[in-house]
Amino acid sequence: MQRSKLGLDFEKVGHAKEVSKRIADDVQKFVDNYSTVAVERTLCRLLGIDGVDGNEVPLPNVVVDAIKDKGVLSEGVMFFIGNAILETGMNPQQIAEKIAEGELEITTLPIRSIEEIQNAIQPFVDENINKIRERKAKRDNYLDTIGEGPKPYLYVIVATGNIYEDVVQAEAAARQGADIIAVIRTTGQSLLDYVPYGATTEGFGGTVATQENFRIMRTALDKVGEEEGRYIRLCNYCSGLCMPEIAAMGALEGLDVMLNDALYGILFRDINMQRTIVDQYFSRLLNGFAGVIINTGEDNYLTTADAFDEAHTVLASDFINEQLALVAGLPEEQMGLGHAFEMTPDLENGFLYELAQAQMIREIFPKAPLKYMPPTKFMTGNIFKGNVQDALFNQISIWTGQGIQLLGMLTEAIHTPFMSDRYLSIENAKYIFSNMKSIGDEMEFKEGGIIRQRAAKVLDDATELVEKIEKEGLFTALEKGIFAEIKRPKDGGKGLDGVVEKGSNYFNPFIEILHKK
Amino acid sequence: MSGGLYSTDSNDFDKTLDLTKIKPYGDTMNDGKTQVSFTLPVKKGEEAIEAAKQMMKKMGFENPQVVMVQELMEGFTFFNCYGNCTHTVDFTGIHVPKVESTTMDMHETDEFVKENIGRSIRVVGASTGTDAHTVGIDAIMNMKGFAGHYGLERYEMMEALNMGSQVPNEEFIAKAIEMEADVLLVSQTVTQKDVHIKNLTELVELLEAEGLREKVILICGGPRISHELAKELGYDAGFGMNKYADDVASYAAQELSRRLNG
Repeated sequence: MQRSKLGLDFEKVGHAKEVSKRIADDVQKFVDNYSTVAVERTLCRLLGIDGVDGNEVPLPNVVVDAIKDKGVLSEGVMFFIGNAILETGMNPQQIAEKIAEGELEITTLPIRSIEEIQNAIQPFVDENINKIRERKAKRDNYLDTIGEGPKPYLYVIVATGNIYEDVVQAEAAARQGADIIAVIRTTGQSLLDYVPYGATTEGFGGTVATQENFRIMRTALDKVGEEEGRYIRLCNYCSGLCMPEIAAMGALEGLDVMLNDALYGILFRDINMQRTIVDQYFSRLLNGFAGVIINTGEDNYLTTADAFDEAHTVLASDFINEQLALVAGLPEEQMGLGHAFEMTPDLENGFLYELAQAQMIREIFPKAPLKYMPPTKFMTGNIFKGNVQDALFNQISIWTGQGIQLLGMLTEAIHTPFMSDRYLSIENAKYIFSNMKSIGDEMEFKEGGIIRQRAAKVLDDATELVEKIEKEGLFTALEKGIFAEIKRPKDGGKGLDGVVEKGSNYFNPFIEILHKK
Repeated sequence: MSGGLYSTDSNDFDKTLDLTKIKPYGDTMNDGKTQVSFTLPVKKGEEAIEAAKQMMKKMGFENPQVVMVQELMEGFTFFNCYGNCTHTVDFTGIHVPKVESTTMDMHETDEFVKENIGRSIRVVGASTGTDAHTVGIDAIMNMKGFAGHYGLERYEMMEALNMGSQVPNEEFIAKAIEMEADVLLVSQTVTQKDVHIKNLTELVELLEAEGLREKVILICGGPRISHELAKELGYDAGFGMNKYADDVASYAAQELSRRLNG
């Protein structure tokens, strides 16, 4: 039995996980019967379809829209493309180009037998699966040879809007000691129902996520990593209406970390829950297979609701997210479950409560590279106090062994980070991580004290909450506003018209391959 | 004792406060002491330090001191500097447009509305355009409020609807018409490349096109918003940092009362 420094009751933890598993299984029953336009576009990409038509519409959209317009998307793109390969002798990319040129009507070709269709498409499936395997092997090789920085990984963002400027910022951060570079996406990209194409130099509050931009940054980080003797991870955002497409692009281009959380999209981007839960399953299959660490967005609940009163909702959501990831075959070692240091600085003993919660999450998810978010809500523009707030946050992280440290910036709430802000932030974290390195091994928490009581209370409240969610079902619970006090209807939000029930000819060979690894 | 711990600068300047010629204050009146930090896109070295000093002088600082030099990566050097500012400002000639209202607490505002308006004030708020940040609008509107200041939802005499983030201006206006809103609150957090200006201007134009502009009290808020900017863009009021629901509610109640009761 695992030993707890907090006196946590692991039987209670086990019970909460069982309840959460039943919640996830219930969701999965729904997921198994549905596909979405985003999943189908992802399959196009996984068959090697890339590029745009004369109107800048990505070819995966062209293909999926052509099939959807005929009302037969329920049969799936694999079925139609496989059939078209047999009928035309062309490869998937050529087929997509012909559709874009208006020279091929893919849904009216004579239909071959399903076995023939599956056999025709298999070589293209294998080809891209192998590409992803090779990409993963390249990362593994780097980790075996040049190695990586110690945990907590130092995670910083770049957000200039221009991928080439981002490369300069990222290189500086990596040289200063950053382990993970996250390229913030341009505002509003999560609501686009397509992935833009090519290298981009314009964005608001971030840079457009495109496959070419991924490639540019990955190449730059590999170079810096080789020179610094430390593998530098690249993070992007596998969320919003193109969730699984971004997962596929990331898997092909060697991304290492992906924000990947349907609950976040439902609550904070008003994305339809049916749509994004189906999208999430396929994206987690891909992320799991490609060795990508997912990050979940629970920290965001606390920027909206109160961090002290609503701490249990973070844990409850982590419980559910863990199970939704396990269903998709994503190993615990790749689960960057989220939580945050977001209590008001005015709260007496706030540090103790934050410490209790961080240690609690650590012990409940012992193998997960937990993603710990810095103070943001109570950062004020007082950069001097901000640096102290970030220092307290860093102390808790090293003390409780967090996995991924999203570095706080002293200029949070003022501007996207300057190069020097990142330097100061990394310096702050490195100082504290070194100076307090083994404090966690030395300290236990007093029986009956504030910290133990806090952890026990949050666990009890979270357990009660997952029990309630199980009774209602996750969808109904979300309709009632169970997280972050935000209510979302099952048939509301963006993207519902892209959900389709699978028809009798539907097949997706990737699900089995990705599951088996 | 090494140099720099104590100021050896000449001390023969006038040390009396003159509000027509104020300067930054370090530890002596009119010393002009200022801290500045910046990065120059050059390699670390003596030349970089000299460049930083010259930059300080061009910014109007005497006795520029570079107290920390840190190379961020090759070709980028970060400086912390101190200097004595040579410029002055006439404080007596300053005029800043401010929101003309008395800030009341929640109960006072509720009482004020009961007495002067006699019905609830209808408020619609949103973070509009592509802005995904709800922290501002939530701080003003949500029941819980922010930093001990309850949000508008908790007010007895406010019927408040928070539409959340990324609300298109058209949708925002449609909801305002549907609710017959008295007050519209727009929050803008993302300000990169002045996207907030474009979005705020578009809303005013749409309201004018619908003939609604004069029928509502139009308020914007966000960390980079000032009342002056708001007025310039055609808003009735703007609230920036360190403003809470109390300020917004007091203003809305008093302004509505002024419009209804003359």
